[in-house]
Amino acid sequence: MTKNIMIVGVGGQGSLLASKLLGHLLLTEGYDVKVSEVHGMSQRGGSVVTYVRFGEKVYSPIIDKGEADFIVSFEKLEAARWIEYLKPDGRIVVNTQEIDPMPVIIGSASYPENLIDKMENLDIKVDAMDCLSLAEQAGSAKAVNIVLMGRLSKYFDISEEAWKNAIRACVPAKFVEINLKAFDLGRGNI
Amino acid sequence: MKTLMLGNKALARGLYEAGCSIVSSYPGTPSTEVTEEAAKYDEIYCEWAPNEKVAMEVAFGASLAGKRSFCGMKHVGLNVAADPLFTCSYTGVNGGMVICVADDAGMHSSQNEQDSRHYAIAAKVPMLEPSDSSETLEFTKRAFELSEKFDTPVIIKMCTRIAHSQSVVETSERINIEPKKYEKNAPKYVMMPGYAKLRHPFVEKRTEALTEYAENCYFNRVEMASTKIGVITSSTSYQYVKEVFGENASILKLGMINPLPKNLILDFAKKVDKLIIIEELDPIIETHCRALGLDVTGKDVMPIEGEFSQSLIAEKLGLSVPTGKKLEENLPIRPPVMCAGCPHRGIFFTLSKNKCTVLGDIGCYTLGAVAPLNAMDMTLCMGASISAVHGFNKANGPESQNKTVAVIGDSTFMHSGMTGLANIAYNQSNSTVIILDNSITGMTGHQQNPTTGYNIKGDPAGKIDLETLCRAIGFNRVRVVDPYNLAECDAVLKEELAADEPSVIISRRPCVLLKYVKIKPALKLDENKCIGCKSCMRLGCPAISFKNKKIHIDSTLCVGCGVCQQLCKFDALKVQEG
Repeated sequence: MTKNIMIVGVGGQGSLLASKLLGHLLLTEGYDVKVSEVHGMSQRGGSVVTYVRFGEKVYSPIIDKGEADFIVSFEKLEAARWIEYLKPDGRIVVNTQEIDPMPVIIGSASYPENLIDKMENLDIKVDAMDCLSLAEQAGSAKAVNIVLMGRLSKYFDISEEAWKNAIRACVPAKFVEINLKAFDLGRGNI
Repeated sequence: MKTLMLGNKALARGLYEAGCSIVSSYPGTPSTEVTEEAAKYDEIYCEWAPNEKVAMEVAFGASLAGKRSFCGMKHVGLNVAADPLFTCSYTGVNGGMVICVADDAGMHSSQNEQDSRHYAIAAKVPMLEPSDSSETLEFTKRAFELSEKFDTPVIIKMCTRIAHSQSVVETSERINIEPKKYEKNAPKYVMMPGYAKLRHPFVEKRTEALTEYAENCYFNRVEMASTKIGVITSSTSYQYVKEVFGENASILKLGMINPLPKNLILDFAKKVDKLIIIEELDPIIETHCRALGLDVTGKDVMPIEGEFSQSLIAEKLGLSVPTGKKLEENLPIRPPVMCAGCPHRGIFFTLSKNKCTVLGDIGCYTLGAVAPLNAMDMTLCMGASISAVHGFNKANGPESQNKTVAVIGDSTFMHSGMTGLANIAYNQSNSTVIILDNSITGMTGHQQNPTTGYNIKGDPAGKIDLETLCRAIGFNRVRVVDPYNLAECDAVLKEELAADEPSVIISRRPCVLLKYVKIKPALKLDENKCIGCKSCMRLGCPAISFKNKKIHIDSTLCVGCGVCQQLCKFDALKVQEG
């Protein structure tokens, strides 16, 4: 059975590293894997989405509404935007950070309130945490992506060491320590 | 070795393994990574050409010389390269020549969603359409064999979902290709009427031979399962069809999209009860099937615009699709924006403030069109800003020439802005052209170009000096401004619009995302001085927002460019010492 993970966020937040890490990990674990990314103009601070699919044999590289087993959201509004893609019994792991989109910045819209509560009220399994603070605690605000991966790892039957090896394989050597700490903080090890 | 590989990287790997030795391309999403990845192999000479026409002619020259060559581009790039394409179909090749064109159904990063398959049909060259990274690698290698066997350039058609999806590939070693000898052969390579007339029948015979080849070739395959439904499909649509139908339909998967087979399709049609054609964009396979006399379901139910997906196909065919829980909430959209510290912002603010009519071009700066700057009136294609401002001013004369400008990036200017500039100098309209020189090709992810002084590998290269070039073309008025200096931008813009002759303003500052650009500490707000007038917010900088009746600076985004500071009349924005 093919499993689906969607990574959503704001262009520039580092979702490409998260998908690279997942791709590496799942391939190493012996799965067929497809990862679909967005490049080009959408990356300029826009809403971005990456699809990761794995299983015995994966065909389509993309995930449709109601198909995601997991959504990993780098930002709260983006979590709400893509929630319809989650399976009814799926789980969303969300960074509670708020990044104002341009309509909010220029005052033509306001940032919606209580989004986490509203999702939970729909009986959606929401795992929300302040990943930015944890990333800063690990040593770099840029490690939000790995904090989220740490949290996501709790829901997978894959050894912690395999996740950490994937981090070692995908992150430049000088940032490995920070990212391993970010992973531990996300997973709740520390 | 099994690895996960982006479609574009797999194509580059295919070039390497096939013994390709010359690559010339112009960047364009979603094709750019093919050439970036190819450049990582020392065995392949790679370059960024100023545009796709040049790139294809370079690849042709290398093929003529006897080497396996390649050029890559996005769909609209093939419009630019159409001229050499149509005639190198006649000349054929010496060394194998492969062209990649990457379509962008869904327009993730494009100005239209034209279907490049029409070009293969019109130019009468074979076109291959892989459906994942593994096929991309294999098709690329076989494309060179096909090119040399049938004496033709071969097009590999990618699309966003194949180009930018990673899937599993198995790599092998590079083969050693003995270069072909170049021999003078004017009747084959000099396409003047007398010789071209002799080559056209060759092209028609080649198409016949290729059609025969398509009946039973590696690229096309039948996957028989339930015969109640038969689907003919290709590219990424094949993957969606597999997802939707599994074993509940038989599939004819076409990897070679031009020329299309006849008997293979007719035989497949006979074996199934109902025939469905699933292809993104235009009905190419469908039209072919109808011409063969087949009754098919196609664009009568499937959309002609946008990307497909498994659910879209299922829904259009009346099958059930999964649904998710939706928040009943009006969520603000998040469009792409110019980055904090983007050097384009200052010049667009100036244009907006002066209520200019702005004829724009293709690049990150097209984002100047959106709120709050709203400083763009037109975007058409690469280079059109300059040609169109000339036409606009010729049409409206004094009414428009003192408030209308063209804006174009440095790379787009080198691509196809120079000829438009020559037209202004030659046919004399009183036009003002602003070259946004951010010292890189920005939107496609930082590729070098002829104005940057570096080649694709980052090594020093020839550098075209924009001021000298504009003067040589015939412009007496060439000014350079720093877009971080709003007063200077405003003064120079006013002077050049008022001037009685054509002029060029070069707005020069490197893209803030370039690694060598030193970022300053974030500005600090003096809360006592900020009265919440929102004057600085007219810039549309993503680092500035409004919280608790005051401005808020996002210190993780702000790069300390100081442009907002110039708009604050209350001295509330402070530079922090770094």
